[in-house]
Amino acid sequence: MSVAVQSWSPSWPPAIPKPGALPGFGITFGFTLTYLSLIVLIPLAVLVWRASGLGLDGIWRVATTPRVLAALETSFVISAAAALVNALFGMIVAWVLTRYSFPGRQPIDAAVDLPFALPTAVAGIALAALYAPNGWIGALFEPWGIKIAFTPLGIFIALVFIGLPFVVRTVQPVLQDLDREIEEASATLGATRRQTFFRVVLPALLPALLTGIALAFARAVGEYGSVIFIAGNMPFKSEIAPLLIVARLEEYDYAGASAIATVMLVISFAALLAINLLQAVSRRRMGDA
Amino acid sequence: MLGPSGSGKTTLLRLVAGLETPTSGRILFGGEDATHRPVRERRVGFVFQHYALFKHLSVAENIAYGLRVRPRATRPPDKEIRRRVAKLLELVQLSGLGRRAPAQLSGGQRQRVALARALAVEPRVLLLDEPFGALDAQVRRDLRRWLRELHDRTGHTTLFVTHDQEEALELADRVAILNKGRIEQIGTPDDVLDRPATAFVAGFVGEAVRLPVELAPHALRIGGQAIALDHGLPSGAAALFVRPTDLTLAEPFGDNRLTATVVSVRRRGPARRIELAIADRLPTVEIELAIGRTVHQGQAVHLRLLTPRLFAS
Amino acid sequence: MRDTALAESAVTCWVLTGIAIGFLGLFLALPLLAVFSEALRRGVDAYLAAFDDPDTQSAIGLTLLIAAIAVPLNLVFGVCAAWSIAKFWFPGKSLLVSLIDLPFSVSPVVSGLVYVLLFGAKGLLGPTLSDWDFKIIFAVPGIVLATIFVTFPFIARELIPLMQEQGTAEEEAAMTLGASGWRTFLTVTLPNVRWALLYGVLLCNARAMGEFGAVSVVSGHIRGLTNTMPLQVEILYNEYNFVAAFAVASLLAGLALVTLVGKSILEWRYGHGLSAVRRR
Repeated sequence: MSVAVQSWSPSWPPAIPKPGALPGFGITFGFTLTYLSLIVLIPLAVLVWRASGLGLDGIWRVATTPRVLAALETSFVISAAAALVNALFGMIVAWVLTRYSFPGRQPIDAAVDLPFALPTAVAGIALAALYAPNGWIGALFEPWGIKIAFTPLGIFIALVFIGLPFVVRTVQPVLQDLDREIEEASATLGATRRQTFFRVVLPALLPALLTGIALAFARAVGEYGSVIFIAGNMPFKSEIAPLLIVARLEEYDYAGASAIATVMLVISFAALLAINLLQAVSRRRMGDA
Repeated sequence: MLGPSGSGKTTLLRLVAGLETPTSGRILFGGEDATHRPVRERRVGFVFQHYALFKHLSVAENIAYGLRVRPRATRPPDKEIRRRVAKLLELVQLSGLGRRAPAQLSGGQRQRVALARALAVEPRVLLLDEPFGALDAQVRRDLRRWLRELHDRTGHTTLFVTHDQEEALELADRVAILNKGRIEQIGTPDDVLDRPATAFVAGFVGEAVRLPVELAPHALRIGGQAIALDHGLPSGAAALFVRPTDLTLAEPFGDNRLTATVVSVRRRGPARRIELAIADRLPTVEIELAIGRTVHQGQAVHLRLLTPRLFAS
Repeated sequence: MRDTALAESAVTCWVLTGIAIGFLGLFLALPLLAVFSEALRRGVDAYLAAFDDPDTQSAIGLTLLIAAIAVPLNLVFGVCAAWSIAKFWFPGKSLLVSLIDLPFSVSPVVSGLVYVLLFGAKGLLGPTLSDWDFKIIFAVPGIVLATIFVTFPFIARELIPLMQEQGTAEEEAAMTLGASGWRTFLTVTLPNVRWALLYGVLLCNARAMGEFGAVSVVSGHIRGLTNTMPLQVEILYNEYNFVAAFAVASLLAGLALVTLVGKSILEWRYGHGLSAVRRR
């Protein structure tokens, strides 16, 4: 009984490798913790401390100024829209890459990771050049009076680009491992292909799809480099929250910058948490957890 | 359908279901040609080895699936679906577990859900692909008996694929033995056991040992020994299949006598297994010996061949 | 005959493939093509002339320097973290793993911001630093720190799952055969994780050289001093010096392509040496 109690009580320092285990725990664990604290934890703690210095009403005051509100709205709404578009097209891309074989499938598969590898500034100027009124694609829309670059539509394009790999890369492995027999079972029971997809395949992919959407959304909300070149950055119209943080920093308004950053972090974490919970529920239901 | 792995049992079953398309030949359901019927219109009840239950649906919804995906015109009303699901749950002895998730059931229970799901569409034929293959021995035996009873009660035409002889011979009215994509023999369990049609069946069913022999008119030569035997086969090389029950210890005189040396004596269930060498280069054969009698390792004994199962090679 | 209950009809198949390729072409191929086409718009001479600019040259040098500092540091960290997490048991392990992933969920701008709050002129340690006449923000140390922050998890997250999958049996066997701990690590552990290590370094390096947001916040954009390549791209672009901007960008795009090719080779040829999630 005492053993059971012991295993639940937190012990510190936690260095209790099993007797006879490998050496080097102390030094590697110590370095890991120190480095993590110095590079990540302490700096982030300073942000929280700085923001808490403002107090809740202080943060509220900064966050509810019309310009900040507009920027937050732009960031979150367009990020959500981009994540949803990526959900749809990401599903199709993942499906095509796992289920069909066609010449060039492997290089195309590899190219999906381009937005991870391409520096955001490069993506930003490339997209701006493409979608500017005189760009390859912008020129196609110009005659109809549709402006893409330097409008919220441009932000949307950049965020679709940046979030593109997430849904593909989360759905793809699940689709690959999906038991073909459940699709066959569905067919023998009289279901059409469409019914099989919506009633059997899609529910099985749902947790992965939600994860992909959440990751794409989180990435889009924080994205800076690829957006600023194509956004136009007009306050109240096409200004994103990260840009506003930079603007505040340039004015040495550390408090304002921290407040906006905190609000962004809180909303993103809340969204991630909600989706994680949703996922945990559906996983438990399917018995994976 | 019985056969070693890779013999084409599952492929044949999937062809019947419409999960694979034949390159030649026809598939008849009763007298009706179903070769080009898509799988969803064949009304087969397919049960997979690894259940293939829909993890995101409850047990009841799994069973109801085949009814719910019907076009509106032929779909039974909700109440009727619920009634049928309850009846099927009762049939597979899982009443009260309808709201569970498949993950919360044991392997044997999951396979019964899969069976109920297949039965729900009122299939014209029930196709079972090694349905007990993933279960442990005790559960297998129980389910086998239960399935036989269920079959007798519902009367569905059932195709059952297995590589387990005991399972096939106990369950089936008729057994098809498959080898390398061909059916070697179709018959009752007695037929395939007692009257194997081909050398493969003779060697595959029962614990038979294959001995190379030489046939002469009215005689059989085995490892330097000769037995007088009327076999009706052409002279030349042939194969003799010997099961433990085909040989018995005998007095040294009389017809059909072989001498052999005891290689080992082992206890096997209620009797003993005696391993015997007829000649140096031949595979050893086994016989069963009642506990009352004793032989020793290295002892020379005389054997009588009761049922010669001979195939020209 | 194709059974449409088991697979999609040929038409659906073609339409879906068409949509997928069209979507990827629009969002991946076209931007990449635009970079090189804009860079070469005025011909090869103009393209090459862009690299004569001393500011551009110093930006390239700084980028290489930053990567040369940040990648090895994160490499050492990644190995240490993976060793202690994968080969030992301690309470709070999964919390530690999530903390290591934290920089991935933080906006690049916020990654820069936290260092400004710490070391900036009006930051927590700012006055102390200025007393010592030591600059971190608007100087190279700040850029290094911000780069380390954003590339922090790359190597660790490749190694941790792989080393967890591999367990401790081989190391224990080596130890029972008389090898020292360090020797065991060098001769048993390291060869087992070398492809995953390379994979992590590849991704870490790509991000270290290409990071924009975090670096932009702490750099101060001082020409010839604190400009990395991505920042130089921004400056040239904002000066409407498009050919030069895209010329520098083409180098970074080339780096991205090399990274992708290397990554794919590792996944396809040496997939057995990567953690399960990376295998193809």
